[in-house]
Amino acid sequence: MTFRARHLLGIDHLAPAEITTLLDLAEDYVALNRRTVKHSDALAGMTLINMFFENSTRTQASFELAGKRLGADVMNMAVSHSSVKKGETLIDTALTLNAMQPDLLVVRHPSSGAVKLLAEKVNCAVINAGDGRHEHPTQALLDALTIRRARGRLHRLTIAICGDIAHSRVARSNLILLGKMENRIRLIGPATLMPAGVAEMGVELYEDMREGLKGADVVMMLRLQRERMDGGFIPSEREYYHRWGLDAEKLALAAPDAIVMHPGPMNRGVEIDGTIADDINRSVIQDQVEMGVAVRMAALDLLARNLRAERGRAAAGVMV
Amino acid sequence: MSTLVLANARLIDPEAQTDRPGSLLVRDGRIAGTGAIEEAPPDGATVIDCGGHALAPGLVDWGVKIGEPGERHKESFRSAGRAAAAGGVTTLIARPDTSPPIDTPESLEFVTRRAADSPVNIRHMAALTKAREGREMVEIGFLNDLGAMAFTDGVRVVTDTKVLSRAMTYARGLDALIVGHPQDAGLSKGAAATSGKFASLYGLPAVSPMAEVMGLDRDLSLVAMTRCRWHADQITTADALPALVRAREAGLDVTAGIAIHHLTLNEFDIGDYRTFFRFTPPLRSEDDRQAMVQAVADGLIDVIASFHTPQDEESKRLPFEAAAPGAVGLQTLLPAALRLYHQGGLSLPQLWRALALNPARRLGLPAGRLTRGAPADLVLFDPDAPFLLDRFSLLSKSKNTPFDGARMQGRVLGTWRAGQRVFGADA
Repeated sequence: MTFRARHLLGIDHLAPAEITTLLDLAEDYVALNRRTVKHSDALAGMTLINMFFENSTRTQASFELAGKRLGADVMNMAVSHSSVKKGETLIDTALTLNAMQPDLLVVRHPSSGAVKLLAEKVNCAVINAGDGRHEHPTQALLDALTIRRARGRLHRLTIAICGDIAHSRVARSNLILLGKMENRIRLIGPATLMPAGVAEMGVELYEDMREGLKGADVVMMLRLQRERMDGGFIPSEREYYHRWGLDAEKLALAAPDAIVMHPGPMNRGVEIDGTIADDINRSVIQDQVEMGVAVRMAALDLLARNLRAERGRAAAGVMV
Repeated sequence: MSTLVLANARLIDPEAQTDRPGSLLVRDGRIAGTGAIEEAPPDGATVIDCGGHALAPGLVDWGVKIGEPGERHKESFRSAGRAAAAGGVTTLIARPDTSPPIDTPESLEFVTRRAADSPVNIRHMAALTKAREGREMVEIGFLNDLGAMAFTDGVRVVTDTKVLSRAMTYARGLDALIVGHPQDAGLSKGAAATSGKFASLYGLPAVSPMAEVMGLDRDLSLVAMTRCRWHADQITTADALPALVRAREAGLDVTAGIAIHHLTLNEFDIGDYRTFFRFTPPLRSEDDRQAMVQAVADGLIDVIASFHTPQDEESKRLPFEAAAPGAVGLQTLLPAALRLYHQGGLSLPQLWRALALNPARRLGLPAGRLTRGAPADLVLFDPDAPFLLDRFSLLSKSKNTPFDGARMQGRVLGTWRAGQRVFGADA
């Protein structure tokens, strides 16, 4: 097995072989999840804590389900409503939690780098479920699995990522993962939503969506946050939809068998036409959700194995 | 197929920078060629003898305020069109600072329709931010698709640099032109004159020309950051010029303009609180005025415009600092500009470069040239004919001109738009 990571903080620190290992294991869990009895004992006896400093329904549910199907004891903490309001610092929260002896910690935080800071203070394995505008590794992994299953491979594809690149951790993690797997990546969006210096990251930039979609194998739409819509970064919803919303006319420019992806939740009529989102021949949006649980199970499983091995070595007195 | 020969003219060609005798051939509304005077006109052509007078591309007036919508009693598209034709202006660019402002595709469509049957070409600029409030950018994409020439909040400065930088970044993606009013909003608030001895003696609220330098420095930094296409609407002080030079040397896509009154008048013209001489920015010192004339000659300032701003009598019949700023200028732009020619500062081709060629080029219009294929938008004028200006003879609905009663030289004899005469003997 090639998976050495102690934490899953980002895609950046994963080698291509580690990514492949994780996706291969996730395939097994896809099969498991489609059975009536979806149970494994991979995490039996272990404690998984979901710690979300930012509201989330989908990702938290996905992690919760992944942990429960693997037999872990799962606890959800909506931290944004509790101790943070009482003035506790992030590190104190981490230390408090650490004292409860969890084995796996899934963390989402609105500040970039906060999950890494927390990981340095605890003894368990940490999964980044999204930190600020930095990374969201399990989303990129589930997208990779979805692409691999839909297109039969995960390399030498032309992948167009469209929308709010600047504020998207999904875009960043995908950019890194798909780049590591040697794909051709195009970023499409208004200049106001394009992060600075991105041109130096080996991607192609397009302001004009029609140009950017030409011949693309994968069209990955990003969610446009409501607070960015009115005049700040773009003038209006209707102008955004006109120029950067995915409709049938624009999608016709992509490869005839191009798949359409969206990390959700969607704004129908803002970044994507509802009929395209619902088109079972093009849209793999529901598959992404399904792959999400499997990929998270694989990530939890692999980290738990490494954690057990590490603790085993420590107990045996082996220098690490 | 209609053919027109404008024979025996003094051809002012701003592109070739020539001023020479010749005749001009117009076919189907476009310039078909220029020739020597002796050449016989083609058969069936209408021939007009220009009597040796100057024939030049019609003026392209960069910034014209029209009262539609909102203040039609001050100026309508109809009255502005007539005044423009009489003044030799064949293309006027309407400003978006109306009430309500031109800040949506719907309002741009409205003014485009209203302006459609004008004797001259009317194009429109759009506001840069919604309601010109400096908070949210307008639908630059939709407005650009509908033909907005540029985006500007007029003399209102967008003070929030985050808002401005995002609007500039967004505009860059669409290759849209942003027109800025370089001015520090805090310092220039309430000012009616340029600070100095004159303003102090007359007790007028004043602002240092450095407020313009500060505004320009800020805007140019944002242009360097965002790499958008940008035009400084009015550069009026010598201290601002070095920043402009540096920006061009750094390769920024930056141009600059000036109003005709800042080239022909100075702060002393305000005299005894004459409100027709109140402008934004205020009239400057004589040193600044001369520096600006030189900057136009050097090509550092690209565009001269009338900054036509109609105001009714009541808006001007007020104490100086309370009076509304601005002057009408569609009919006085040409004779006022000729003052610079008669005083020896600028040649006619140099003047027409700033009055017609450069503004057309910057806005992507084919006008402003005497080249084959260009639209036959032309003005025939006698640069020497003297007259005393009577403001009530102006065709604008508003008569607020600082040149009332002034001795001027230069009379428009004829104006053609796309080969059709829109002003002069048989129009």
